[in-house]
Amino acid sequence: MTTIEAVRHFRGIIFRKEIFRRLRSRAAKAGLALLIFLTISFIALPVVSLFVKSPLDTVLRSLSRPMVLDALRLSLSTAAVSTMIVVILGTPLAYVNARFRYPGKEIADSAIDLPVIMPPAVAGIALLMAFGRMGIVGQHLNAMGISIAFTTLAVIIAQIFVSSPFFIRQARTSFEDVDLSVENAARTLGASRLYTFSHVVLPIAMNGLVSGAIMAFARSLGEFGATIMFAGNFQGRTQTMPLAIYTAMQGDLDAALCLAIILVIISFLVIFLVKAFSRRVYDNAGN
Amino acid sequence: MDKCKILTMLVLLACFSPAFAEEKHELTVFCGAGLTGALSEIGGLYENATNMSVEFNFDGVPALRAQIEQGAYADVLVSANLKHMDALKSEGFINNSTVEVFARNKVAIIVPNGNPANITSLKDLAAPGVKILMGTKDLPAGDYALQVLDRLAADPEYGPVYKESVLSNVVSQETTVNRIVSKIALGEADAGFAFISDVSPEMIGKVTRISVPDKYNVVGDFPVGVLSQSKYPEEAQAFLDLMRSSDGQAVLEKYGFIPVVQAGASGGAAEAATA
Repeated sequence: MTTIEAVRHFRGIIFRKEIFRRLRSRAAKAGLALLIFLTISFIALPVVSLFVKSPLDTVLRSLSRPMVLDALRLSLSTAAVSTMIVVILGTPLAYVNARFRYPGKEIADSAIDLPVIMPPAVAGIALLMAFGRMGIVGQHLNAMGISIAFTTLAVIIAQIFVSSPFFIRQARTSFEDVDLSVENAARTLGASRLYTFSHVVLPIAMNGLVSGAIMAFARSLGEFGATIMFAGNFQGRTQTMPLAIYTAMQGDLDAALCLAIILVIISFLVIFLVKAFSRRVYDNAGN
Repeated sequence: MDKCKILTMLVLLACFSPAFAEEKHELTVFCGAGLTGALSEIGGLYENATNMSVEFNFDGVPALRAQIEQGAYADVLVSANLKHMDALKSEGFINNSTVEVFARNKVAIIVPNGNPANITSLKDLAAPGVKILMGTKDLPAGDYALQVLDRLAADPEYGPVYKESVLSNVVSQETTVNRIVSKIALGEADAGFAFISDVSPEMIGKVTRISVPDKYNVVGDFPVGVLSQSKYPEEAQAFLDLMRSSDGQAVLEKYGFIPVVQAGASGGAAEAATA
């Protein structure tokens, strides 16, 4: 075998291997593409169906129904209030957990995350056992003439309970991402702890905090299981949008679809906003 | 390409595997939530007498109706009022000739054991600050309760103001009667509109019943029917027959329902079910 022949021979083998390799990778890519397509269709299909199955005019007509309007008003206002409370209570907690060690921190961390993993029905019963009329705290409140169950306050408590981890986790990560040297620089320049926090740390972490708050707001809007068990179902008082959807499903499908579509649109807005804010976090970090 | 095919086949297989599981002979019974105790027991009797297994879906009747209208599969529907059964009949979901009333029931007021609001009569329900639970207007328990309030409103002794006061005391409209009973048992509200059958054996000692006098009460017909789509029409009919047999009626009576078939008159039905 001459050298040229040998080179040709090996080139042929390499060529054939190359083709085989390319074919294989093409098949793998096609398979992967199919898988991705199926997965995305599976997730998108129900959402698309919601829009396909509800003619725009019926949805718009349902929008004027008292049940729909009351649910919309109640949901937006309670979710706004509970998000505000979560932010006020959660920000110091998130900062402390991001920066300091203290005894029992592990337990505190797990406790914070618990509502995310807890099934909503469990959260509902747990809230009843705590704040219900016969509950551990509730019985004392009841003795003072305060009763929480079946009030709008119960809706807010349920929302705070389930949505707080979404904010606290995000806020903690945002605080951890703030460079400690920046904080120390401010301190050595004579800024007080509080001043450093409010004028240095907070502005840097702000985008992350905002996207955490948006996530908490969204979770509050979607809260169902704990609310129906703990707050009950009364139009205008405790019947939030998810509860109204559930109730309307039993007689007024148009109203249920209308509310469902509004919630889907809000969900899209939330994803869009959270992405926008986290992109700014990334840009800031890059700069 | 082979991997791709295998993958597709696996996906298809995964999609259709529940269909294979359904090959087992299983009677699907959609049943009003308030009937959970009695029907579970009747389901046990049925499973012992036949080679079928019974799969229950207990929920508020309006929810069951919505599920059927949206294409859910069921062989038997057990309802707590005629309204939803009639609607499904007229929509063609029910085999009309099979529908029969299997029990009757009446409205009862239930209060938690301690009776925190000190409710001893219907009049007390109108006192300011009493927390009352009711079903939604579409829920049979809610529908019957509104009928009772209408009857009370028509009587000058109570009057329309009474009805308004009671309704303004309602703190929650629940979607199953069970949720009314369990929230009352927890002591979360002062009184609830439920059925005389709702003080089930396990609820004795947790809730107390205040009866509604017959002249204001409504007697609710509880119907059962076989769905037109049923794959087991005969087996479903046997289930209906068992419900109306002396054995079935005895179970229903035990749970506080009013039997509709006189004892002794329905021996044939019991035999039909066991055959």
